[in-house]
Amino acid sequence: MMKRLAVLLLTAALMLCCGLPSFAAGSIEVTEDVSVSDDYDWTRFKGQNMTLNVYNWGEYISNGSDDSVDVVDAFEKLTGISVNYTTFDSNESLYAKLKSGAANYDVIIPSDYMVAKMINEGMLKKLNYDNIPNFQKVDEEYRDPDYDPQNEYTVPYMLCTTGIIYNTTMVDEAPTCWADLWDPQYAGNILMFNNSRDAYAIAAFKSGNSINPQSTEEVDQVVEELKAQKPLVQAYVMDEIFDKMIGGEAAIGVYYSGDAITMIDDNPDLAWVFPEEGSVLSVDCMAIPAASEHQEAAEMFINFMCETDIGKANCEFIGYTTPMEDVWEELDEELKYSDIAYPSEEEAAREKVFTALSDEVNSELDLKWSEMKSYDEGGSGLLFLSLLAAMVALALFNIWRKVRRRNRNMY
Amino acid sequence: MKTKHLRLMQRAYIVLFFGFMYLPIAYMIVFSFNQSKGYSLFTGFTLKWYSSLLHNSSILNALWVSIEVALLSAVIATVLGTAASLGIASMGRKSRLLVTNITYIPVVNPEIITGISLMLLFVAYQRFAGGISWLPDTIMGFPTLLIAHIAFNVPYVIFNVTPKLKQLDIKLYEAALDLGCDPRQAFFKVILPEISPAILSAFLICLTYSIDDFMISYFNCGTVETLPIAIYSMTRKKVSPEIYALSTIMFVVILAIILVSNAMESRNYRRDQRALREEGV
Repeated sequence: MMKRLAVLLLTAALMLCCGLPSFAAGSIEVTEDVSVSDDYDWTRFKGQNMTLNVYNWGEYISNGSDDSVDVVDAFEKLTGISVNYTTFDSNESLYAKLKSGAANYDVIIPSDYMVAKMINEGMLKKLNYDNIPNFQKVDEEYRDPDYDPQNEYTVPYMLCTTGIIYNTTMVDEAPTCWADLWDPQYAGNILMFNNSRDAYAIAAFKSGNSINPQSTEEVDQVVEELKAQKPLVQAYVMDEIFDKMIGGEAAIGVYYSGDAITMIDDNPDLAWVFPEEGSVLSVDCMAIPAASEHQEAAEMFINFMCETDIGKANCEFIGYTTPMEDVWEELDEELKYSDIAYPSEEEAAREKVFTALSDEVNSELDLKWSEMKSYDEGGSGLLFLSLLAAMVALALFNIWRKVRRRNRNMY
Repeated sequence: MKTKHLRLMQRAYIVLFFGFMYLPIAYMIVFSFNQSKGYSLFTGFTLKWYSSLLHNSSILNALWVSIEVALLSAVIATVLGTAASLGIASMGRKSRLLVTNITYIPVVNPEIITGISLMLLFVAYQRFAGGISWLPDTIMGFPTLLIAHIAFNVPYVIFNVTPKLKQLDIKLYEAALDLGCDPRQAFFKVILPEISPAILSAFLICLTYSIDDFMISYFNCGTVETLPIAIYSMTRKKVSPEIYALSTIMFVVILAIILVSNAMESRNYRRDQRALREEGV
């Protein structure tokens, strides 16, 4: 309550400062599909030849392809700031890039647990929310999250939840819980995450542990579950799951809710379930690295991304869940009332979020994960050994033949 | 009977061999015309990925960066490498061996080592230059990418040009001097035309390696992005079919270049042969 009051006061103060009349302001049309609030000084950096370096996940913004809105282009047109937009593939590579000092970004989009880690290590700037009035549109539910308890560093961009996607024609009974992924009847028909954190969370839910382990013993115990599951698993995948599930190559897979919508669009036999044990809610957030030199312009970019038209365009392009009520209001009926993107309250109550792990636990998780991945029942190890033996035998045979020939020639 | 079997096996081998090499590309080309985003079911023919590629600024930007770096680094590396080969060719036996072996190292070295060590060097330079006002300290990005690409391209040029220089008869150069050329003229009129095929092929190799490179670029690109990095970043969501379209276009362009250059070469060859025959008559 106090917080809300403070925010209100801040907004009021901001409005006084700028001498702006009221909320009921008009809008500026940027392109045919995009209008933004005119309650904001979008053009204050015009003519300064400024470049913002934005670092986002690949394919994670509406980019003009397939008749969508080109969000970056619209921002450049509106503000006169040019954007150098580049992409990364995982939180870990984002982190490595920033840590190495080999690049300087102004806006980055890490996920929740990486935000927590970066805050701990002083890698993020505190935001000036006066420059991001659109933060007010973020649902209460997604403010002051565990990874950023005072909400000083981040603005949520997109949400998604992990869950089970299955092919209704290939299962006798619809799966309802993570434990079904350990069911021997689906042997060779299960797809698992090929990333340690998400895969661990599944095993943790199944065995009733926390998805954010506190000790290395806990990690060891949960990874045993994954080891036990390994013989049943067809493959550990990330984006390959689209084609495997759409093509009917596997009966059950685990992935992110937003992407499940895309898969079900392509293959109506597929269905989605939020498992009973709970699921992981991940939040990708916009933040500004500590080394950024254009904080105010970066905040303008973040504010722009929270504009309703922009949020809608991104949401439709990516298919993930928006944290902004205004954007949700504007969505097509189909996406708006989708049970997958916007789960029921009961399902939402079971969602858990990742927090940063201690270094010790983190490295134990990495170690055990790669051990589990390389762990084998022995079959292919034997094959490898026999191949090696065959090669050595062949080589020896060749040498022996040569020696014999040479000896024969000597006489 | 035996020869028939043999011929059948030869045919089968050739089919298998070319299938192995070209089926993946053919598969990709087919799916660049696919209606849906998947790559396992063909749902209908469309050209939409080609048209939407033209509107996808992030892919196009990455492509331009790749092409710019490739062209610039190939040109610079070719010049540097050719100069180096000339120097190496005029060295004594021992120092030539030494220098040749040193140039080998970056080629046989795993790329990841080259990439990381270059990055460390650039970061260290930035720290160092931060303290000195007249040194540019924000080099991370296009400049470092370019330097890195030149660095790994130069050895390939040396290995292409040096053998050609070895074949070259030094007497040609001496004859040019005898006939009144100064050394510069002798170089440009005699040596350079003789080794130009090697220089051209070195340039093309650099171009290919540079467009292709992921590992070294990944560590040294700063805030710019080359095409391979842009494609790699798509793995969480899904590689967009626009990439198939782009790859198809690149494949066709390269195929066209090869065909045209081969046609030109064989025309030149025939012309030379004819000239020789006429002279003989």
